[in-house]
Amino acid sequence: MTNQVVAWSGLVASMVFVGLAIGISYWQQLRLERRIAVAVVRSLAQLMVVGVALVAVVKPSTPLVWSWLWVAAIVVFAGVTVARRAPAIPGLLKVSLACNATVAGLNLAVIYGFGIFPLEGRTLVPVAGMTIGNAMNAGVVGATRLAEVVAERRAEIEARVALGLPGPEALRPFIRQILRTAMGPQIESTAALGIVFLPGAMTGLVLAGVAPLDAVRTQLALMYVILAGVAMTTMFTVLGASRQVMTPDDRLLVVPRRRD
Amino acid sequence: MTPPLFEFDGVTIAGRERPRLADVYGRIPDAGVTVLAGPSGAGKSTLLRCCNRLEAPESGTIRFRGADIATLDPRQHRRRVGMVFQVPVAFAGSVLDNLRVADPTIDTDRAVELLQRADLDAGLLHRDAGTLSGGEAQRMVLARCLATGPEVLLMDEPTSALDGHSSQRLENLARQLGGQGLPLVWVTHDLRQMRRLADHLVVIIDGRWAWDGPPDAADSPPEVAAFLDQDLA
Repeated sequence: MTNQVVAWSGLVASMVFVGLAIGISYWQQLRLERRIAVAVVRSLAQLMVVGVALVAVVKPSTPLVWSWLWVAAIVVFAGVTVARRAPAIPGLLKVSLACNATVAGLNLAVIYGFGIFPLEGRTLVPVAGMTIGNAMNAGVVGATRLAEVVAERRAEIEARVALGLPGPEALRPFIRQILRTAMGPQIESTAALGIVFLPGAMTGLVLAGVAPLDAVRTQLALMYVILAGVAMTTMFTVLGASRQVMTPDDRLLVVPRRRD
Repeated sequence: MTPPLFEFDGVTIAGRERPRLADVYGRIPDAGVTVLAGPSGAGKSTLLRCCNRLEAPESGTIRFRGADIATLDPRQHRRRVGMVFQVPVAFAGSVLDNLRVADPTIDTDRAVELLQRADLDAGLLHRDAGTLSGGEAQRMVLARCLATGPEVLLMDEPTSALDGHSSQRLENLARQLGGQGLPLVWVTHDLRQMRRLADHLVVIIDGRWAWDGPPDAADSPPEVAAFLDQDLA
């Protein structure tokens, strides 16, 4: 073990902050204690498994197909996550799977097509994870916000439909707002890069001994690809999901309000 | 023989505990003001929404002037069958912006004409629609409906969110439009309003077309008579 990585004791110590998050949830009666605990346990278990599996995948002797299979699994997980977060939207799973697969394909094509990174097992899984992970978060925001809008702004949407407007046009003012909301955090992150926070990939590279300017170049390229991925995923997910909440003759389906 | 404005032929929509519409048969005449009356939750609004195709029956047929509305282009049909809802919904922007949602080609002259038809001052044209009073907003919604050039107006309890004076103005406007040859179908559970407005009366009870006829309801069955006599007791 070197002084460049967190020791097991350090990991245990970091649990103090988990306790703090749970404490805040309990104090403010947010009822998020269980979700925080589950998220932490899952992150621990998942990253441990990933850590072990990555050792095998990043070996130069391991066939690249294993990395691609891993990427496919990430795409499926991201698609399922988006669909589970907005269960009121019918048929969202196929939309989110298609969106995540398309965006992952485009992102990876740009990254490896332009030679930003060499196509190797050690780059493929982490890069796909970062791009798809950020895109998934934006997709979740977009889909959940769409479900909320359809439930809460039904009267306004139906008033537009009743005037003979096509479904997509009746939804357009809301879609625009949803896209802005979903893409906002990633734009803020990009704008605050280096000032407010030092992003993970760069920090990792610097900690691993890479020259800071090399790490910065790598991080910037990644951030721009992630930004495009977020924009594409949000647009495809929200537009695709908006087709799912209307019938072919532009009747708005009943989308129940969330209770939490 | 002229076909009725709307004809319902075995129209059914399921509900959680009982059908929202249960095998509805009936006709709405193509003239004047037809009032759909009935207790709250009877299915009046559902029937009206079917006429604009905001809802579709699970079985049965709805005909508009003889044509099965399931075979008509839904967007064109909705423009022919204007609908005003219980709560006026003002879209973002000015009153003119609202009218242009219904018809993007509207110029100022046409917009002023629409406002006047809806008993609104032309000076409101550039006002932020969100600042209108309840009565003004509902009349703006009516003007917005008229912008599509509808052949009939469906009014779903349009005065339920308005004060007495605004309700009266909207009722007068409805009578006026009905008199100008634009048929109206007006949903209400307010029996006094029903008597003031109706040229023809339809009573819906428990999702059924219980009866229809002239507003004096002289030959209505006991179930309908009991409902209509409620506010006279």
